[in-house]
Amino acid sequence: MKTSFLDFEQPIAELEAKIEQLRYVQDDSALDISEEINKLQQKNQNLTKDIYAKLNAWQISQVARHPQRPYTLDYIQGLFTDFEELHGDRAYSDDPAIVGGIARFEGQSVMVIGHQKGRDVKERQYRNFGMPRPEGYRKALRLYRLAEKFNLPIITLIDTPGAYPGIGAEERGQSEAIARNLYVMAELRTPIIGVIIGEGGSGGALALGVVDHLMMLQYSTYSVISPEGCASILWKSADKASEAAETLAITSTRLKTLGLVDRIVTEPMGGAHRDPEVMMQSLRRALADELQRLRVKTIPNLLQARLERLMSYGKYKEGSAR
Amino acid sequence: MSWLQKLLPPKINRPAGINRNKVVPEGLWSKCPACDAVLYRTDLEKNAEVCPKCSHHHRISARERLDLLLDAEGRSEIGAEVQPLDPLKFKDSKRYIDRLKASQAEVGETDSLIVMQGSIKGIPAVAAAFEFKFMGGSMGSVMGERFARAVQACIEQRMPFICISASGGARMQEGLFSLMQMAKTSAALTQLSQAGLPYISVLTDPTMGGVSASFAMLGDVIVAEPNALIGFAGPRVIEQTVRETLPEGFQRAEFLLEHGAIDMIIDRREMRDRLANMLSVMMRLPSAA
Repeated sequence: MKTSFLDFEQPIAELEAKIEQLRYVQDDSALDISEEINKLQQKNQNLTKDIYAKLNAWQISQVARHPQRPYTLDYIQGLFTDFEELHGDRAYSDDPAIVGGIARFEGQSVMVIGHQKGRDVKERQYRNFGMPRPEGYRKALRLYRLAEKFNLPIITLIDTPGAYPGIGAEERGQSEAIARNLYVMAELRTPIIGVIIGEGGSGGALALGVVDHLMMLQYSTYSVISPEGCASILWKSADKASEAAETLAITSTRLKTLGLVDRIVTEPMGGAHRDPEVMMQSLRRALADELQRLRVKTIPNLLQARLERLMSYGKYKEGSAR
Repeated sequence: MSWLQKLLPPKINRPAGINRNKVVPEGLWSKCPACDAVLYRTDLEKNAEVCPKCSHHHRISARERLDLLLDAEGRSEIGAEVQPLDPLKFKDSKRYIDRLKASQAEVGETDSLIVMQGSIKGIPAVAAAFEFKFMGGSMGSVMGERFARAVQACIEQRMPFICISASGGARMQEGLFSLMQMAKTSAALTQLSQAGLPYISVLTDPTMGGVSASFAMLGDVIVAEPNALIGFAGPRVIEQTVRETLPEGFQRAEFLLEHGAIDMIIDRREMRDRLANMLSVMMRLPSAA
């Protein structure tokens, strides 16, 4: 598949086009220009490295939303075996914006649940752009309970713009569905690891994000509101999204510094979509580490640590009462 | 000429435009936004800020709420010592720290949630109420910590918990710290539940976003005031997304009751009696009557 480039990647795109051209020329030329091509490739690598070393928060959120970025089902296929997808909330419907099921990771039985976005126009619509409705969260809730029952560690893969703001979603209790998941995850008697693989969009992400260990892929984002949404409310203009992204602190490095994320999983140069194989390998190692670490904990210890972690969220000062 | 102008003596009956506000003593009269009736302020106050003509529930402050709910004697505030910081050094057109200071000066509270321990018709309880005027009752770190301390006090002293919500949702200026308060408050409620203590959530106008999608919808009993706007996404966002006109009464308390999302709607003037009744039954206390 041809790589599609973001605005700020245009210099890379131009260089790649040039390399492509030279390759084409070389095919029917007696002249050996392979050295020239190698040079350009080296230059391209350095250029990508330079550009990616200086990404700002808004550019990172473009990478996090890249249309070719690996999605939940890609990671399930790449990292898990014996996956059986489980469907439906047993009450109303099956929501394709959340997928989940039982599987094995490195031979060990687990439950894996994640938001799912679509690749082409048709699938995007089918997956509702990864924006779940209440039945999606209730399916996830059912799978949390199943995992608890069979002592399966849970791995959640988070990638959503947010919960769907629709009429039906409100009628069926979008708020309650999210709230219930937060509540149940806080006391679920099995280890939970969360990985933000793309967009961590607000409450819609958090409903899969109350965990014992939270990882972020290097160029993913996690935010209380989208930069555009924040800009249109506080600056009264969506054009200020770049400034909003910066001040909202949505990148993996900022959030790690703030103590809200436990581990950053390095992405291949140019983002996960440029080399999904390498991405899978580094995520596999990180997951294996953390599963091992959590598995040796007793359930009471695990729950105590989770509660302490949840109750420690927030920054405030203790002054004298008014 | 309105009837009010006709009523006024000619001396102060000046044409509109020359600052009529200065003529009528401030705060003596109030206009009901629902039925346009001009109401005498003291009548409104005596009626729990509910319009005597159309029963529209006016928005009220956190302290007024707590005054209406709790017995006058034996109250003590919880968590007032918890005060806001600006962990992200957040700045839009204004710095967050300046917005905080402005709100504190204007509203006279240090943040959006006020927690009070006391009793309701003799039943010991902890009640928390939102101050909507403080940055739209938004949920930040202080709100979450005061909520957690309220729940902790309930567990330590085996008391029920009541939370009266009025909030636009998360406080963007605290970024992800704000989002995490949804998880924190929900986690606190698991502890209250494990201790077997009741939690009544009262939803008032408006209860939206992250507040609605966490502790507000987790009540053992969920009560709403008449016509309160309650939902996850705001009506404008939904309208822009689905490009349809929203149905009449959408996201109002009555709509939620009809869809099974809440237990009941209670008129503010009966709130104290009804909550006391439910608490006494749930706590298996002898009937007060």
